[in-house]
Amino acid sequence: MKYLNLDQNPGNRVIVTVIGPDRVGIIAGVTGIMAENNVNILDISQTIMQEFLVMVLIGDMGKSTTDLLELKDRLNAKGTALGIRIDAQHEDAFKFMHRL
Amino acid sequence: MLTVQEIMETVKMVQEEHLDIRTITMGISLRDCADADPRAACDKIYEKITRLAGNLVSVGESIAREYGLPIVNKRISVTPISIVAECSRADHYMLFAETMDRAAAEVGVNFIGGFSALVHKGITGGDSKLLATIPAALAGTERVCASVNVATTKAGINMDAVALMGRIIKDTAGRTADRDGLGCAKLVVFANVPEDNPFMAGAFHGIGEPEVVINVGISGPGVVKRAVERLNGADFGALAETIKKTAFKITRMGELVGRTAAERLGMPFGIVDISLAPTPAVGDSVAEILEAMGLERCGTHGTTAALALLNDAVKKGGAMASSYVGGLSGAFIPVSEDAGMIRAVEENALHLDKLEAMTCVCSVGLDMVAVPGDTSADTISAIIADEMAIGVINQKTTAVRIIPAPGKKVGDYVEFGGLLGRAPVMLVHPFSASIFIARGGRIPAPIHSLSN
Repeated sequence: MKYLNLDQNPGNRVIVTVIGPDRVGIIAGVTGIMAENNVNILDISQTIMQEFLVMVLIGDMGKSTTDLLELKDRLNAKGTALGIRIDAQHEDAFKFMHRL
Repeated sequence: MLTVQEIMETVKMVQEEHLDIRTITMGISLRDCADADPRAACDKIYEKITRLAGNLVSVGESIAREYGLPIVNKRISVTPISIVAECSRADHYMLFAETMDRAAAEVGVNFIGGFSALVHKGITGGDSKLLATIPAALAGTERVCASVNVATTKAGINMDAVALMGRIIKDTAGRTADRDGLGCAKLVVFANVPEDNPFMAGAFHGIGEPEVVINVGISGPGVVKRAVERLNGADFGALAETIKKTAFKITRMGELVGRTAAERLGMPFGIVDISLAPTPAVGDSVAEILEAMGLERCGTHGTTAALALLNDAVKKGGAMASSYVGGLSGAFIPVSEDAGMIRAVEENALHLDKLEAMTCVCSVGLDMVAVPGDTSADTISAIIADEMAIGVINQKTTAVRIIPAPGKKVGDYVEFGGLLGRAPVMLVHPFSASIFIARGGRIPAPIHSLSN
């Protein structure tokens, strides 16, 4: 099982999840917004689950020009434009649930 | 290091299985607000609540968005008003209820708990004024919740208070008749009430609590239900194990949210209440978990055993996930707030007597139960007495939140909307308990209260 890279810059990372029917431009759309906001992508993983594209990106917010809530709004809006669901959550939401 | 599967499991819990944090509740001590002049006391109360809780809603909302986890309610609990108001010259405590309501509106919370009295052994002057004000307070305010503790394992059952509560509930229903007796949905009668419960309507800030504290109540019946459904045919050991693991994960989110909220608000973190709190949404139901275990309908034979397993496994998993567990901590079975419970009543699978049996093995009691409007005060008192006896003898919290719906009979519905939901009116026994209730006095504490 592939583990996502969560070793760099702990404490200031965002986990972006993308779920929806596969189509052209999803990666470009998501990474474009992350680049615009100076969020460095540490890892990307994608898979197909029940015919849906599922992609997870780990972003470093350390030098970001925006905060998590603003980034989340921009990604949500891009998701709506692309007809998919894009969300951004602080890494602690996952680490707290799955790791001690 | 996380896997995509783990990340997607969390995302799915929120998006498809209704995982949310039910409440962040700020407990505020109002003991320093007492004043002989009731108006001065109320000014202090308003100032303190609005000062401390001013950021509660905005902090809660930003945490919800950062973690991608809905936080349904932001609420406030305060020191029982019977204590705060006792030294004031007021003849009744309506001004205090109105002040709580105004402060809650100002900071943007939908409920504020603590219009409360602890009368398990006897009733003081302040208690008496508070009890007398409850019907008017619940009818005349929007956000204020009231609770009265009438029994403990150490003190026994104050049957004078039980008798009084029957009449207070009837009076409250009458005064809110135009809203199906809504006032009664904001009033809980307790045995062994916890002092750090974050859930309404029974929340108050206990007298052993600090100046101010953040408590969190979790939810997540939908997540447990899906986990149980995936275990088709597994034995009870596997079932308990899966529920434990699921409860652990849910509780971790409560711990995270509680600690983060406390840090940002600059207040101590109190407890996580590891309760499975249903909502009227389909799939977010405790009854449906019991049905997923293999019962055709909640309320049939086997329901008590299924609920006992569920309640215990939730506690075991939750206790490992949080450093401080408190409040009610268990499975809630409110009828009007749980689509599966409503269906069970509608299909005649679930009756009041079975519901009472279920309260022996889960966290609260007869919760959000509607009964016919012509149910007498004495019958309501007798229903309360039964529930209090279960709590006192079993050394657990039990409670009654019952709505004698004005003008309604069995088969009718009460409609409260929102999280309070809708409830079918349930049948009560027609035989009287009036002579029993009229005896008055106190049922002594059980022998096992002598534990020292």
